[in-house]
Formats: sequence, C-alpha cells, structure tokens
Amino acid sequence: MSKINARIPEGPLAQKWTNYKDHQKLVNPSNKRKLDVIIVGTGLAGASAAASLGEMGFNVKSFTIQDSPRRAHSIAAQGGINAAKNYPNDGDSVFRLFYDTIKGGDYRAREANVHRLAEVSNDIIDQCVAQGVPFAREYGGLLDNRSFGGAQVSRTFYAKGQTGQQLLLGAYQALMRQVNLGTVKLHTRTELVEIVIVDGKARGIISRDLVTGELQRHFGHAVILATGGYGNTFFLSTNAMGSNGSAVIKAYEKGAMFANPCYAQIHPTCIPVHGENQSKLTLMSESLRNDGRIWVPKKKEDAEAIRLGKMKPTQIAEDDRDYYLERRYPAFGNLVPRDVASRAAKERCDAGYGVGATGLAVYLDFKSSIERLGQKTIEARYGNLFQMYNKIVDENPYETPMMIYPAIHYTMGGIWVDYELQTNIPGLFVAGEANFSDHGANRLGASALMQGLADGYFVLPYTIQNYLADHIAVKRMTTNEPEFAEAENAVKARFEKLMSIKGKRSVDSFHKELGLVMWDFVGMARNKAGLQNAIEKIAAIKKEFWTNVRIPGNTTGMNIELEKASRLADFIVIGDLMARDALNREESCGGHFREEYQTPEGEALRQDDKFAYVGCWEYKGNDVEPELHKEELVYESVSMVQRNYK
Amino acid sequence: MENTINITLKVWRQNGPKEKGRFETYKLANVSTDSSFLEMLDMINEQLVNENKEPVAFDHDCREGICGMCSLYINGRPHGPDDDVTTCQLHMRKFKDGQTITIEPWRSAAFPVIKDLIVDRRAFDKIIAAGGYVSVNTGGVPDANAIAIPKVDADEAMDSASCIGCGACVAACKNGSAMLFVSAKVSHLALLPQGRVEGARRAKAMVAKMDELGFGNCTNTGACEVECPKNISLSNIARLNREFLSAKLQD
Ligand SMILES: Cc1cc2nc3c(=O)[nH]c(=O)nc-3n(C[C@H](O)[C@H](O)[C@H](O)COP(=O)(O)OP(=O)(O)OC[C@H]3O[C@@H](n4cnc5c(N)ncnc54)[C@H](O)[C@@H]3O)c2cc1C
Ligand code: SF4
Ligand code: FES
Repeated sequence: MSKINARIPEGPLAQKWTNYKDHQKLVNPSNKRKLDVIIVGTGLAGASAAASLGEMGFNVKSFTIQDSPRRAHSIAAQGGINAAKNYPNDGDSVFRLFYDTIKGGDYRAREANVHRLAEVSNDIIDQCVAQGVPFAREYGGLLDNRSFGGAQVSRTFYAKGQTGQQLLLGAYQALMRQVNLGTVKLHTRTELVEIVIVDGKARGIISRDLVTGELQRHFGHAVILATGGYGNTFFLSTNAMGSNGSAVIKAYEKGAMFANPCYAQIHPTCIPVHGENQSKLTLMSESLRNDGRIWVPKKKEDAEAIRLGKMKPTQIAEDDRDYYLERRYPAFGNLVPRDVASRAAKERCDAGYGVGATGLAVYLDFKSSIERLGQKTIEARYGNLFQMYNKIVDENPYETPMMIYPAIHYTMGGIWVDYELQTNIPGLFVAGEANFSDHGANRLGASALMQGLADGYFVLPYTIQNYLADHIAVKRMTTNEPEFAEAENAVKARFEKLMSIKGKRSVDSFHKELGLVMWDFVGMARNKAGLQNAIEKIAAIKKEFWTNVRIPGNTTGMNIELEKASRLADFIVIGDLMARDALNREESCGGHFREEYQTPEGEALRQDDKFAYVGCWEYKGNDVEPELHKEELVYESVSMVQRNYK
Repeated sequence: MENTINITLKVWRQNGPKEKGRFETYKLANVSTDSSFLEMLDMINEQLVNENKEPVAFDHDCREGICGMCSLYINGRPHGPDDDVTTCQLHMRKFKDGQTITIEPWRSAAFPVIKDLIVDRRAFDKIIAAGGYVSVNTGGVPDANAIAIPKVDADEAMDSASCIGCGACVAACKNGSAMLFVSAKVSHLALLPQGRVEGARRAKAMVAKMDELGFGNCTNTGACEVECPKNISLSNIARLNREFLSAKLQD
C-alpha cells in the first residue's frame, strides 16, 4: 500500500465530518487521565489544543521556546479571522467559505479538510466570544465584520488591528486555567530537539531547556506538533525572530512526509528593506490596499532621480505615474490577490522603475483617498498603521506616499497529515501553520487564524481520541527505554558536533547568505535553471556551515548562538526541500510561480493534468535526495478553473 | 541619504541568576540611524561573535511591538527614550553621534535575571493562572451574537486587553508593583458580560497571587502609566480597586 492514505471519511462532502464524529472511537473519562499527550507549541493551534485536551481530562504536557505561551508568533496577526456566520446577511455560507478557500488555494488543497474547516469556523467565533475576546462591535452591540481579499462577502471578525493578539490571549488564558487545575504541565523556554519513536509510533520527545542547556526526556501516548511555519528560511520575513522549522524537520527526518514545501506566500505590502543590518520585515496590513493606489514613475530617469534623493515622489506629475495594477488588472485594480500584486511589484522594480534608496520599493499612495474622504476618515481607518510606518521609516504617509515591497509571510506547505491531522507516523499529529493541510498553494487573508483554532479547539479533540482509544492499555514509559536513550544520545552528539566546529563565521552570516539565495531563486518568480543553481548553492552553504560556523560558549547554560545554529541547520534542510519541490512542480499555481508556465499576459498557468497532487517528500538520509510521493487531489464538489482577476 | 552614528554602549552582563553582574563597555561604529535598537544590538553581537566572545543575551521575538518579549532599560527608562513604543520599535535616530547608551535588564525582585538582559517574568503567567480568564470549556457555548454588548464597553475592554505583558510597569515602579498589569486584565474581563460573572473572585485571586509573588504595593505614583508602551491607563487600577473592595465586602 502507498505510504500515504488521506483516510477521508465516506459520504457526501457536507456530511463527512458529522459522519466521522458519529462513528469515531471515544476514550472514557477515567481512562483519559491515564493518557499523556505532548503538545509542542503554544501558538493559536497549540494553546487551543492544550487547553481543550486538558479540559477533557487528558494529561497534557505543553512546550514552548518562549518564556510564556502568550508570546507565540500568532500574537502578531493583525487583520482578522474568517467565519461563515453570515451575520451581515450578504449571502455567505459554509459552502461559500469552503469554495473561496479552495479557489484561493488555486485548487491544490484537499476538499474534505477545507469543508470541515468552513463548518467549524462558526464555533470558533462563539468560543472566542465566550472567553471574553473583545471583537469589534457595531453600535447595536452586535459583532462587526470587514471584508478581505479573495472574497465577495464580509466575513472577517477583528479586534482592532490586533486580532491575533486577542485570540491568542483567549487561548493562553484558557491554557493557564488548565495549568492552574493541574491538567496541563507547562514547559517554557524549552525546545523540542528530537522525536522518540517506539515500535513505529511517536511516543515522546527529547527537549532542551534553553536556560540550563539540559536535555530532558518526555513520554507521551501521542505527540502533537503545533510549531508554526518556516518562512524564516528566507532570513528576512514578517515572521517573529523565533519562528523556526526545526520541529517539523525532526518529524521529517524521522519519516514524516514534508508536503508542498515550495508553497510560500509573499505579502505585497511590507515595509522595504533599509539596509544590510535589517533583521526582519514589518507587514503593513492588506487592508491599506482598499484606499491606497500603487504606482511607480513612468519614466526611468524619474525613478533614478528618486533613488538618488534628487527628486521627491510628490514632484512627479500625475501623467508621469504608472498605476500598474490598475493598468494591468482593470477589474480588480489595487485589490488583486497577494501573489499577483507581489509579482507585479517585482516586475516593475526589475525593469528599473523601483523607488527608495535601493530601488526595491513601490509607492502606496493615499493622496486621492485623502482628497476624496478627508484626512480624518483615513486616520480613523489606518491611524495605527500610519503611526507604525512613521516610527519605522520616519516619514509622514499623510503627505508622502508610503513605500512598500513584497516579503515572505506565510508557508502553506508543511508536514503531510491525513484527515485526522495525523502524519504517516502513527501517534504524531501536526496542527496549525506547521501542517500543509488547508490552504493549497495560496492562503486567503484571515484564514490562518481560523485554521489554527479549528485544528486546536474543534478537530484534534475528536481525532486524537480515535487514535488514543486503541492505546488505553499502553503503560506510561519510564523514558529509560533504549529508544529514549538513543534519541538523547543522538541529540547530544549533534550539539557537541556544532560546538566542535569552532570555525570563523557567525550563524547570522550563513543565515543571511541562505536567505539571499532563497529570495533570488526560490522567491516570487522561479525557473528551472535558477532552482538547479539554488540547490547547488544551498549544498555549498550547508557544507561550509558544518565546517566553518563559530559558536562561542558551551552547551551548558543559556547559549543563544547555539540555539540559532541548531535552527539554521534545519532551515538549510528546508531551503533545499523548497527548491527541489519548486523544481519538480512544472506549473505555476498560487504562491508558486514558474516563469516557464505563464500566459502571454504574465499570469500563472496551472498544469492540472500533471500536477493536481500534493507533493510529499520522504527523507532518505543526510545528503541523499528525498523521494517524492503523490497524494492525488480529487475534486467532487467543485470544478477546477483558471483564476482570473482581470 | 543614509546617516550613521558612532556610539558607546554600557551593557549589563551577568552569567546567571546567582552570579554577580557587571557593566561592560563596547564601541560601535557606523550605525545606520534607520536601524532599530535591536538591530544595533545584533551588530554588537556580530562583532562579539567575530571576536569569539559570547554575545549579549536579550529577549525579543516579534520585533514589532506586540509580543511583549523585549524588555530593556535604556538610559534609565524602560523601553528607552521614545514615547509609546517598545524597545524593538525604538530606532537609532533617537540617539546622537558620540552618545553613550546604558542598557540594563528590568530590575525587580519578582523578575530575577536569567542571563545578561533577560529576566524571568513567569510571575505574570502565575497571576493569570490564578484567575485571569473566563471559566468556560471548549464547546457548548452560546451563539456569539446571543448577548449584545455596547460598543463603548467592547472598545474599552479592547483598550485594557491591549496590555502586552512586557513588565515595563513593574520595572518603572519604585515599589515594583504589578497593579497596572493586573488591573488591565481584571478590567478587560469585568467590562464584558462574559467575564462579569466571575469579576469579584477574579480580582481577589489575582491580587492575592500578585502579593504572594513578591510584587510591591501600589502607592499611586503613576510611573507605570508613563512608561507603558501600550497606554494602559491608571483608570484600570481604580476599577480593580472597586472590584477588589466589592469582593471583600462579599466575604
Ligand atoms: C505579521 C503577520 C500578520 C498576520 N496576520 C494574519 C491575519 O490577520 N489573519 C490570519 O488568519 N493570519 C495571519 N497571519 C498568519 C498567522 O498569524 C499564523 O499563520 C498563525 O498564527 C500560526 O499559528 P500557529 O499556532 O500554527 O503557530 P505559531 O503561532 O507560530 O506558534 C508556534 C509555537 O511553537 C513553538 N515552537 C516552535 N518551535 C518549537 C520547538 N522546536 N520546540 C518547542 N516549541 C516550539 C513556539 O514557541 C510557539 O509557541 C499573520 C502572520 C504574520 C507574520
Ligand atoms: S500594563 Fe503596559 S507596561 Fe505593564 S505589562 Fe502591560 S503593556 Fe507592559
Ligand atoms: S520583540 Fe515583541 S514587543 Fe518587542
């Protein structure tokens, strides 16, 4: 049998989840206490899962690299969370949310999972309100909605520009309640460094205490990874500095498939890079595109003068501006999806029309909106974003157009999971951004928060029982078993190896080098020669890293360089996988754009006859090429069409 | 267009909680004024690593003012000389060429130093665990629109809920009090019908935990509000006091 079986329940699409819940196995209350569940990560997915499983009576062990669950990267999400409530009565429904997500994902996601996501979306909003999440409200006291890219209805719930913060605090508080009740044991500043497999099943982890450097063994009847995305492979991204791909790489190296690694989302409206000491990129909410117009100078000499600081954007006459999105996409204009807007910006800058000191920026101009609506209205809508921009760039966007440029923002790819969110390793589950499950080749705005919380609050609490019900007789292990000892020894050897290199270059210098290769060849526009080149370059970086990295200090006590080095080693593995997957996928879809596959107008061209599958990569050993497996995507409820935003 | 400055840093270095700390002085040249403060620290660290010395440990994650992880005491002010920003949002254009910048960790009995500029703020989590939530389980809750909430209340709750748990209020307070932090959570939940139910119990439990963990008493100096990067207002403390009194009366 194939190694991958999505195990999609029988029945019509809309009934699958109900049928599943009606027939799954359950664990009775007295047995739950005897079952240990390890949950790694306390972002939206991990915290919501830990709180829910704790409430149900399982014995939960929760891990995070931050000092508190409240600090996970999820905290930074700004815009909002989708649900099919249809409160505005504008024609929304579970099917419509499902359909928009499938289409937005460019027909590369699994129907059954996406439908379930749309089904539970409404429960999430109910749950969050019950927890006291202060969503925005209308004067009548009911919840307010806004609209987001890729949808014709208003279905996005929000809490100012801090939706992720408020949702995470809700989940964090629910989690701390369980910590207080003793159902969850929390391990902060603790990193998963290995997964322990016993008789082919995930049975525990090895962790490293980031304060003392100590390695620890933990047993679990099941292990859940909710460790977020791998966008930081690119060094510069909108992700938090601590976001990393190490836990998923541990899973991959133990045999779990890595699915669609090449699907990464590039967000069009980020503050441009200012110089080589830049450490991360700041997102400017997508909502700005509702009132801002994007342009570059029509004349190269004007762009050049701006780059040299000899001219200001406000001095360029209306006729000398190229509103290239409005020109190319008259129907959607400045509101085309993220991938389309990002590529168009790159195209202009590559052609020599970019602005800013580096030439890698375009303008987002609010002049006509301010004239039309007044500064007050614009201030009410975007005041906090304008202030944030002003603090970073030191320019007043009410007077001078903002400068923006695309940046890596989200990774749709991740560890392959079946309908139950279980990997091909029994007992190992993956939730949130870390799995590949719901967004296909492109994620719609406000859908990541929805997916993380769906996985944690409403999917795993069911599906994990179906697995654990067969394991109630399995005794807790002591962690003195040989499998635990072996795993710990392997980790020890790896850290000692890193420390023993004693080379000449800092971790960051390698990370920046990797990031540039990724951005240049595995970024917004990819082609065969470039990807082959990237694979070679990444191999060279890997080789040099393992012979020339310099890590001061030692393995005991807190050692931030060692932490970074260990994570970078894993980013290098991911970079290679991304390039390979992108090379294999000879089509353009969603966030993956292959220059060879485009229409004469420069639009993405899918190759449905050859690539309507999930690309699943199996680890075959260090420096050995991974093996590709395919999960064919079958669409029963929708038909595949080419996206069109003209 | 790029401006650069040369600076001198006096940085608190401490190997572990029980070790003695000391200031060390570093010189850094050609710092772009467009850099953020933490990018400047990255530069120092790159310099140190290249000299085969241990880099300065400091907490940070989102670098956009929302996670509450960054926590530096810069020239005598929590989060440095700019107003309404966290350390990670502070930019080098706020400093002058040739300036000496002193960087210390939060200093408070309840936040012991872990290493260099990193402190242990788990006391905040313990306070939340004591009662900073609505006691509902996942599932079986009413429809989100079942209870209408006046927009003013929802907005005010949102303002209180904006606290990022950074601890600058504690660091700024001469008594090391956590009242602003605690009151922000108590207010956020008390302002909403969902949280109102447990209001009195929550206030009492959180204050008791705060006292137990070694935070000082609030004497209304207002230093916390001045240094809070998220503009959490002193009116939250007034509301907490009311909640607390009514809880005591119920006893
Ligand atoms: C700037 C920004 C804005 C966004 N805005 C939106 C939005 O408006 N709407 C939307 O839907 N989505 C948005 N997103 C995307 C969304 O925020 C994320 O996809 C989502 O929050 C991911 O949640 P998660 O729980 O999967 O992972 P994370 O929140 O990344 O959590 C990962 C957790 O894993 C832990 N961890 C990682 N590695 C290890 C390890 N080895 N050992 C132990 N613990 C580990 C971390 O400590 C953390 O607790 C935004 C993203 C960014 C960057
Ligand atoms: S009240 Fe303000 S200063 Fe105190 S923890 Fe919250 S955000 Fe930080
Ligand atoms: S690093 Fe997150 S608030 Fe400063």
